[in-house]
Amino acid sequence: MLSCKEVCHFVSESLDQQLPWYTRLRVRLHLFICKACRRMVKQMALLQTAAWFYGATDEQTSTEENDTLSENARSRILKQLQQANSGSADHNA
Amino acid sequence: MVKVCAMHNNPNKNADVESDPARWLQEYGDVLFGYALKRLHHTAQAEDAVQETLLAALKARASYAGRASEKTWLVGILKHKIIDLIRKQARETTVDDIHALSDLSTENSIDELFDERGHWIQPPQDWGNPEKMLHNQQFMEFFRRCLERLKPAHAQIFSLKELAGQTIEEICNELDVTATNCSVMLYRARMSLRRCLEIQLADENSGEL
Repeated sequence: MLSCKEVCHFVSESLDQQLPWYTRLRVRLHLFICKACRRMVKQMALLQTAAWFYGATDEQTSTEENDTLSENARSRILKQLQQANSGSADHNA
Repeated sequence: MVKVCAMHNNPNKNADVESDPARWLQEYGDVLFGYALKRLHHTAQAEDAVQETLLAALKARASYAGRASEKTWLVGILKHKIIDLIRKQARETTVDDIHALSDLSTENSIDELFDERGHWIQPPQDWGNPEKMLHNQQFMEFFRRCLERLKPAHAQIFSLKELAGQTIEEICNELDVTATNCSVMLYRARMSLRRCLEIQLADENSGEL
């Protein structure tokens, strides 16, 4: 009998590729008697769908203000660029 | 816009040498950051990726022929930087992950869910109707928050699989890791996400949020 932990791993794997028939059978047997794992299966599937939803809304809202560089990051990057720029200028000279 | 083009036709001009990187940051900083954040789900890493991109662009400036638009050129560099970053992290974390999975005594949030015989210590709770959850803004906000809290490599592999829709083979090839490592990382990502959401939902129901 598979443990709940093993079932979790196989269920995750089954979302990415087809499992061998005997593994599927063992997983199903476990799920038949384990309510906790049946919930986990539903939730794992929900994660996948939630990711699609999230991706879809992400596209629409990608230009919103939360995807902007913070002032801190901006000035830090600018500093690095200026250093690199003057470094290469010195090198060229 | 005309001015921008004029500057590009004159790469040796001193003012150009000094102003270009700053102008890239000014004009494309947010676009690049948004692109990186969507793929990395990690603010600090997305910022680093922007910095690496602009530094690389600075070095490669002479070879930029102006065939592509500046933005396309910069996003192209950024894509490579993101893949490099994910690849590096996939290599760094995978050894730990495999180890953690086989070592039950390890102090890891996922293994704490199970006892030594692999049975649930903290069995999954009822989340209610999944259909409803997806249309619940609060749930999607929790989802976003939990995705950000994942270990970066886990968040990245999860988003390559579930957001970018790549197959497991494509991901393994791109990250240059074995199929087993890929599947372990995805397992860990999903279990951490699931657990994180469960905690958030429980907090909400108990009125703590």
